[in-house]
Order: sequence, then C-alpha cells, then structure tokens
Amino acid sequence: MGRAPFRGVFAAYRRHMRDDPRDPRLPTSPGFWRSPLRGPWFTSVLGLVLLAGITVLFVTGLLSYAAYNPDLSPVNDKTPDKGILGFYLFAWPTDPHWLYRLNQGVHVTLGITLIPVLLAKLWSVVPRLFALPPARSLAHALERISLLLLVGGGLFEFVTGVLNVQLDYVFPGSFYPLHFYGAWVFFAAFVAHALLKTPTALRSVRRLREEKSDLVSPRPAEPTVSRRGALWFVGGGSLLLFVTTVGQNFGGPLRRTALLAPHGGGEPGSGPNGFQINKTAAYAGIDSAEAAEDAWRLVVTGRTGTVRLSRARLAELPLHSSALPIACVEGWSTPDQWWRGVRLRDLAALVGYEDDPPDVFVESLQRHGAFRKAALRANQVADPRSLLALYVNGEDLSPDHGHPARIIVPAAPGVLNTKWVARMTFGDL
Amino acid sequence: MRGRLVIGSPLQLLLLSCSFALAAYAGVRLAAGDWFGVALWVVGAAVLHDLVLLPLYAAADRALLRGLDGARRREWAMYVRVPAALSGLLLLVWFPLISSVVEARYRSATGLPPGVFLTRWLLITAVLFGGSALLLVVRLPRLRRAAKRRPPAVH
Repeated sequence: MGRAPFRGVFAAYRRHMRDDPRDPRLPTSPGFWRSPLRGPWFTSVLGLVLLAGITVLFVTGLLSYAAYNPDLSPVNDKTPDKGILGFYLFAWPTDPHWLYRLNQGVHVTLGITLIPVLLAKLWSVVPRLFALPPARSLAHALERISLLLLVGGGLFEFVTGVLNVQLDYVFPGSFYPLHFYGAWVFFAAFVAHALLKTPTALRSVRRLREEKSDLVSPRPAEPTVSRRGALWFVGGGSLLLFVTTVGQNFGGPLRRTALLAPHGGGEPGSGPNGFQINKTAAYAGIDSAEAAEDAWRLVVTGRTGTVRLSRARLAELPLHSSALPIACVEGWSTPDQWWRGVRLRDLAALVGYEDDPPDVFVESLQRHGAFRKAALRANQVADPRSLLALYVNGEDLSPDHGHPARIIVPAAPGVLNTKWVARMTFGDL
Repeated sequence: MRGRLVIGSPLQLLLLSCSFALAAYAGVRLAAGDWFGVALWVVGAAVLHDLVLLPLYAAADRALLRGLDGARRREWAMYVRVPAALSGLLLLVWFPLISSVVEARYRSATGLPPGVFLTRWLLITAVLFGGSALLLVVRLPRLRRAAKRRPPAVH
C-alpha cells in the first residue's frame, strides 16, 4: 500500500548529509516515509476499529476460558498457576444451548477478520518505530517499551490463534496457557495504549484537529489511491477473510462457502454421522477391541457404589432426545444434531443421587488428548438436555463421533463433550 | 539542559506502571515453561513484521509502481495491488493449510481431505486477478481520459 519507503537519493545533499539522521535515505528521517496515505485520520480510524474489535476478542476469550470450568477440577485446568487472572470465573451456564457456539464463532471469525486491520494499523505507524530521539522523556521511553508488548504480544496472540485453528502446533508450549497468559500481557499494554491514544484518535476522526502530525510525510509521493480508497482496500481484505471463514459455523451450502477455513468446504461424510469431527477415533488412539459391544462396559460410580452397564443395558434405560450443536474452541461448529441417550442426571440417580445431581468426572477410552479426562459441574449434569448419547440423528454413533457412548451437554465447549466414555464418577469435585 | 532526565507526564507514568505490573504478572506465567521460546516468539513476531514483512511488501509495491511507470501505466496500480494483496493475505493467514505442512495431522484428526486448500487458494487468486482485469478493461476508456486531463508530471 502507498509509496514504498526506500526512496530518496538526492545527490546534491549526499556529501554533507551522510551521517545526518535527517538524511532521507535513512528510515530515521521523516522524509524517508513517502506514502501520502499516512496521517492521523487513517491511523485513528484503524485504531478505533481495533479498539472495538480487540475488546470483543478479549471478552469472548475470557468467556471461552470460563466455559471450561477451570476452577472445577484440575483436569479442566490447563493454567493452574493463573492466580488472580481467574478472578471472574463463574459456573458456566447451559442456557442458551448455543452460547459457546456463538461465543467461539465470534472470537475466531472476528480475530481472522481483524488481521488486515491490524496489519494496516502497524503499517500506518511504522515511521514512529525509527523516530529520533528514541525517547524524549522517561514516560516516553516506558511507552515505547510498552509498545513492544503491544505489538509483539498482539502478533503473538493472532499468530498462536491462527496456527492453532489449523492444527499447526509449532508454538513454544501448550496452546491454552500460551494464548491465555499472552492475552493478559497483550491486554495490559492494550489498555494503556487505548487510554493514552483514544482521545487523540477520536479528535482526529472528527477532524477537529489539523493534520499536523509526525505521521504525515513531509515529502509525500504522488498518490495512487485516496485514504478512503485505502480504507476500502483494508475493509475488502477483512470481508474476503470473513466470507471464506464464517461458513464453518453453519451447515449445508453455507459451510461450502468457507473455502479456506479448516472446517469449511464440506462435511467429512454423508448420512446421520456425516457432520464435522474434532478428533477421529484413529487420532485419539481408540482400540476398537475395547470399544466393541462385548468388551465395553460403562463404569458408573457414586454414593451407593459402582455399577457396570453394557451398551445394551444402557439402551434399555429411559432414553431422551436433545438437539444440540458441537462447538469447538477452534471456532467451527455444527448446527444442532439430534442426540438420543440416557440423561446424565438419571445416571447420577442410579448411583445414589436421586434428587441432587452432583458434579461428574468423566474418563474416556482415548489414549491421547488433553481432555481425555474432563469434569462437568452439577448444573450441567442436572440439565435435562445433558445426555450420555448412544445415537445421533436416528442412528448409532459412529466410531469417530464417540461410539459406544459420548457426553453431550448444552453450551459446553466441544472437548468437554467426552467421546468414547469409559467411566463416570459422580460426586462433588 | 544536556544530560538532564526528563520525566514526562506523571499520569502517563502511573498508567504505564500499572500496565507493566499486570503484564509482568501474566508474563511470568507465560514464560513459566519455555521462557526463551516465548520471548523469541513475542519479540520475533514484532521484529519479523516490522523489519521483514513490511519492508518486503513495501519493496514489492515499489517495484510494481516502477514497472508501471516504466510502461506509463501508473493508473493500473490498484488493479494489480488489490488482487495481489488479497491473495497474499489469504496465503499469509492460511499458510499451514495451503502449504500442506499439517497435512497428515489434519487428515487423521478431522477426517477431511487435506489437499484441497492449495487448489482453492489458486482458484480464488485466479478469480481475484481475473475480476480485476475485467474491471480494468471496462474502465480503461475512462482511465485514459483522466490520464490525458492530468497535467504532465514534473520530473
């Protein structure tokens, strides 16, 4: 965008300007930066869009973190040293049943949509990176250090998020702690930056101030596009990312529009079990012998002891239906599927919790996966729509969707809907 | 006066101190595992963006404008820039899928075919450039008239 920065060799000035920081051949000189687009209005519009967008990203991110109920049990908590950063945690509700689907769809889709705005914003202020003197005061020096956290932390959050949804786990550690603590580092710098700059940005956008700013090039090149045109350009990039991503939250033809999103394009199969899969049975290391009809027994433990139930025995218990989505932290989801199985609270009643369903600790046959053990809270167990599902859309669960039996709970993140359930322990965690 | 430390706004100092305190509290936890890797990623992200990615696309843009100037077709700039930048943006965001570096894991985890993303990206790129070329052809007469009206460049 704009005229390129590496320009400006004026032979006549060469001799006496060789070591002068104002030499327009050096990026430390304001004259080095020639794009006529740069200026407070352009930067401010992008900044205000990011102010709103990143605030939504932060809030939906914190909500997603709470949705895992990390304070319920160590198995749900990938950040045990969170300390005061978990100050706001609350019992994640089961209503509305699409809550996590909406929250995570917004978090990931908005994050991807904001990437062009972030890149344009960084482009618009890059001359300041090289501005001299490096610090005009102690406050200015600290602000510049804070900007490293803002830019580095912000890019870190965007990059780890974008890589994680593509299953490219190259970042230095586990995604949950990196993205969570990284968000707080970034947000600390973001709040300071927003408080320092928003008043100026609002004034610039309202054009109450003249465009006299260090961002405006002192020797602008001939424009090839207007500032408004450049904003449309950025918006077009956002729109393109949006329309090729958002469809992975819907079914049918809409999913096909998500051409580049990891769960866009099409469904992995056809028929009742043909909807999107988070992790297949093969990936999770499910031994088909263990999951076979004659070998598999669900072990349910509670106040009155332990019962072992075959799948046939489970199917004789009162069966109920609920229409619930699968919604993944990676920002894709399925429409409501029609699940049929035994209510979790009925299973609790089998082991002595007739009227007071407690929390439950669920273990899977899975060999791999951070959530092969997971805990659900009493309000999730008590919800009449929470099932240990045996069937989906009128058919037996397929191996990839958790056969012999899986958990399905309204509004819970996908990984808490444990597949290939082997053992359920009811009781206060 | 030379050498005197200028403090700056006390309010700003207070605000930044609060910000650093929170960032340090979270940062210690962020770096609790692989501290070097995390520091490399945070600082590396800023450095790679500011000193590699940005200069690269700025240089590409400059090369484009030079080329168009040489052919006296400067008014074509946006018709090349827009599809090229949009295509590059999609590649940047979806590189792991498009380049198939995660092919094996993607296939075995999701049960979806992994090889489709490169084709789709190429098709989108073709549509973007094709659409832009079509628009240019339609608008060419108007662009030519505008170019004639413009006073000759001072060089």
